[in-house]
Parts: sequence; structure tokens; C-alpha cells
Amino acid sequence: MVEVKNLTKVYGDLKAVDNISFSADAGEILGFLGPNGAGKSTTMNIITGYLSSTAGTVTIDGDEILENPKGAKKKIGYLPEIPPLYPDMTVEKYLSFMFDLKKVRLPKEEHIKEVMAIVKIIEVKDRLIKNLSKGYKQRVGFAQALLGNPPVLILDEPTVGLDPKQIIEIRNLIKSLGKKHTVIFSSHVLSEVSATCDRVVMINNGRIVADSETDKLSSAISGTGELSLEVEGSASAVSDALNTVTGVRKVEKTGAKTYKVLFDPDLDIRKAVFRALAKADCPILEMRQGGLSLEESFLKLTEGGGAQ
Amino acid sequence: MSAIIKRELSSYFNSAIGFIVLAVFYFFSGVFFNFYCIYYNSSSLSAVFSNMLMIVLFLMPLVTMKSFAEEKRQKTDQALLTAPISLFEMVMGKFIGAFILYLICNAIFVVYALIIAAFATPDWAVIICTMIGMLLMGGALIAIDLFISAMTESQVIAAVLSIGAGLLIYMLDSLSSLANSDIVTNIINAISFNKNLSNFTYGILSLPNVIYFISVAALFLFFTVRVFERRRWS
Repeated sequence: MVEVKNLTKVYGDLKAVDNISFSADAGEILGFLGPNGAGKSTTMNIITGYLSSTAGTVTIDGDEILENPKGAKKKIGYLPEIPPLYPDMTVEKYLSFMFDLKKVRLPKEEHIKEVMAIVKIIEVKDRLIKNLSKGYKQRVGFAQALLGNPPVLILDEPTVGLDPKQIIEIRNLIKSLGKKHTVIFSSHVLSEVSATCDRVVMINNGRIVADSETDKLSSAISGTGELSLEVEGSASAVSDALNTVTGVRKVEKTGAKTYKVLFDPDLDIRKAVFRALAKADCPILEMRQGGLSLEESFLKLTEGGGAQ
Repeated sequence: MSAIIKRELSSYFNSAIGFIVLAVFYFFSGVFFNFYCIYYNSSSLSAVFSNMLMIVLFLMPLVTMKSFAEEKRQKTDQALLTAPISLFEMVMGKFIGAFILYLICNAIFVVYALIIAAFATPDWAVIICTMIGMLLMGGALIAIDLFISAMTESQVIAAVLSIGAGLLIYMLDSLSSLANSDIVTNIINAISFNKNLSNFTYGILSLPNVIYFISVAALFLFFTVRVFERRRWS
């Protein structure tokens, strides 16, 4: 649906985006993760045609953004970091303007009502945008992106500056939108990405440092799978039993009853570990896959990538 | 494009700016009409028109100053530039919006012409030609001011630079007499708004003057599009 190929953007001497490539399939929620200043907004601005790339291509459902900008832009709903709202307009008038601007060919009044219902702003439709709270402004921005039911939604840090309740609402909204649209959304909050996305692209200093499914992210980063175990029984019996499991690379004792098992990330060894330890009569008290938390892997990656 | 025109007009009249521009325009044209036509018992509107040039030069920057500068400051340009419209459509939308306001301003001259017609025989050729000239001149001026607005993020800078440009346009004629060389004088005369407008005020619809104002407008609208193109690539 969205294909980004060898994208590069240079501002003077600064390489804001450096040869990045990734793609998002139809119906996928892609998290675009990176610290502030990593090049997330620049990339999104290029995808939506606000900026032009120095090199590389962006294809939206077969339309290249520079070759056929009108066709590509029609398929995108974009919520920039700062929602593009006119403070002197009422919510309904603003949405009506955006509807016309985007040349949407749907029954106007019904469609605007429908979109307002999705983001829950019907009760403020006659208020001036400048008098709305931050949360409502964000939702009006959301509504604007949804007009015309574009197949691709690009959301740039949609939850920044909202209160926890609103953040959860917006996250649920993104999740429900992901069923019908391809969603790419950026964030520097890891828990948010892990809670909402199917896939994560991590970016640092303009380069992609990781691109994998959310639950496999930490093993993809460290290059090895990690299993944390709490097991009853003698240390030698436990480590002997664990070492018989295929794929296990290393067993480390980290506490009185806790162990860390490093294994081949392509395999899922949990069942085998269960059987081996049961056979050795060492009951498992706790087992957790993915040793590095998303936070830890994020820090690890961004530190590594920082030293250019 | 029509969406942008509609929004421009509603933004003029949602804020005070549209009403203020109309009020100032009507006030000064009324003063000049009263003075040159009623006081002197003249049926010629030409003097009113030529005096309005100065007012227009100062008034239009107030209309155009926020056209692009404010969009950029509020980041609403992101909505315009990521919408499925071309840069040309966007710039034309802004231009036509401002031009319609200018048209509403100039509509007052129809009233003055009818007042004259009620008491004397007006020289319709002169009045119609001068109105065409005023509209063409206004279009050229709006295009210049839009270009200035596109280059900055601050309404104030846009307004000051546009008024500066207006003053320069106004003073060009006096500058031409200061120049010692014939070539410079000829060039200044050729590009002077006043000189190009004068044929219209005699009731002569001459093609070179029409083409002059249309070219100035087209050139600066083209420059405005280029400003956005350049910003996208830089």
C-alpha cells in the first residue's frame, strides 16, 4: 500500500533522512518510532508530499508522490504534528472546507456527520476552533484526516500533549481505524507503539535501525532470543535439562531461582523447555520471553546509532 | 480552488479586516467623489480614480498580508499543500479571493456613476475604461503583495514590505524625472503603474496597457508558485 524506497533528504549539510526503505501493507498499523529529531516528521512530510525528497521514491497504492501527486494525495489522510486548523472557523465549517479542498465525492453532510461521530466531536461542532481544548483540537485534526475515507492514514505523534484518558481513546481509535485503513503513526513513546502497532520501524539519526513485528522486536535487535525463567530445583539439574533443548545457546543463572536462557531467535523453544524441565522434575514457576524490554532495546539501538 | 476562494472570503468577513478595508475604501472614495464631482460640479470620475490609486496601494497589503504568511505560521499550509490540488490552484484561489474583495470595493464606483447619471450625462467610455484600468491595476498589485506574503512567516513583515512596494510604485514617476538618462526614464515610464493607468482614465482601452497589468499579475503569481516549489525542495 505504502512503499518507501531509498528515501534521502538533505538540508544543507544535514542529512535528515538517510536512505531509508520500508513498506506498509493494506490494513496494517505501522509504528514509526524514534527519539525527537530522528527524522520521523521529515519522512512523513515527504510521504504526504509536503516536502520533496532529495532522492528516493514514495509510492502510495501505485501512485508515485512526485509523478502523480494529485492521485497519491487523494489516498492519504494526514494529521501533522500540529493539526492544521484555522482558529477562526467553527468545527463544522472547517470540516466542510477540508471536504471541498480534498475534492471528496461523498454525500457531504452525511459524511461529515459520520466522521464527527467517529472522533466524537459532534457536541462541539458549532464552536470556534480557537476555543477548543487541546484534546478536541487533536480530534478535529483527526476528523480532517479521515475525510473521504482515504486508504492510508499518516499520523504524526497523534497523542502528544493529551491527558492519559485521551491518549487511551486515541489509541483505541487508531486500533479501530487500522481495520479499514493502512495506518502509519509516529511516536517517541514506546509503550504506545507496542500497544497499538502490528509492526515497528525504528529510526535514529535518519536511518532505520530496526524493522520487525512488535513482539519480535527485542530479539531482532539483540540477534538472539531471550527467555527469563524461575525454576525450582538444583542449579546443575536445571542447566543440564535446559542445555538438552535444541536451539539453546547459553544458560545463565541470574538469581537464586532465576535463569536467563539465550537461544536461536528463529525458534520457539518454550514448549521444549517446559518438557525438558518437567522431565528433570524441576517445576517452572515463571517463564517470560523477550528479555530486553522494548525500552531497553530502544535505548540500546539509539545509543549505538548515535555514534556515527 | 473554489474551496480556497470561499475560505478566503469568509476569513475576511469573519474578522474585521474585510469590513475595515471596505469602510476605508468607501470613505476615501466618498470624500474624493464629494470633492471632485459634487463640489466642482464635474461629471468626470477620473480625478476620483487617480486619487484612489494611493489608497489602494496602502489598503491591499492589509488584505493580502495574512494570505500565506499566516498559513505558514499556523502550519495550516500543511493542509493546503498535502491536499490533492496543484500549487497553481492554491495560489489562484488566494488571488481570486483577494480580488473579489477588491471588486466589492470598486463596486462603489457604480453607485457614483449612477449618481452622476441622475444629474448629468456621464462619459460612459471614460468611466468604464477607468474601472477596467482600476481592476487590472488592482490585480497586478494583489499578485505582487501575495508574492511578498508567500515569502515571510510574519504578517507584519508582509504588510510593511507590501506597503513599501506600493510606495515605490507610487514614487516611480517622480523618480523618472530625476533620472538624467533617457533610457532610464523610458524604462521607468514603461513600467510605471500611473503611466499605464493614464490611458484608461482618458477613456482609451489600449492593448499594451491591458497586457502590461495582466503580465505583471501573471509574473508575480508565477513567482509565488515558485516560492512554494522552492521551499518544498530546499
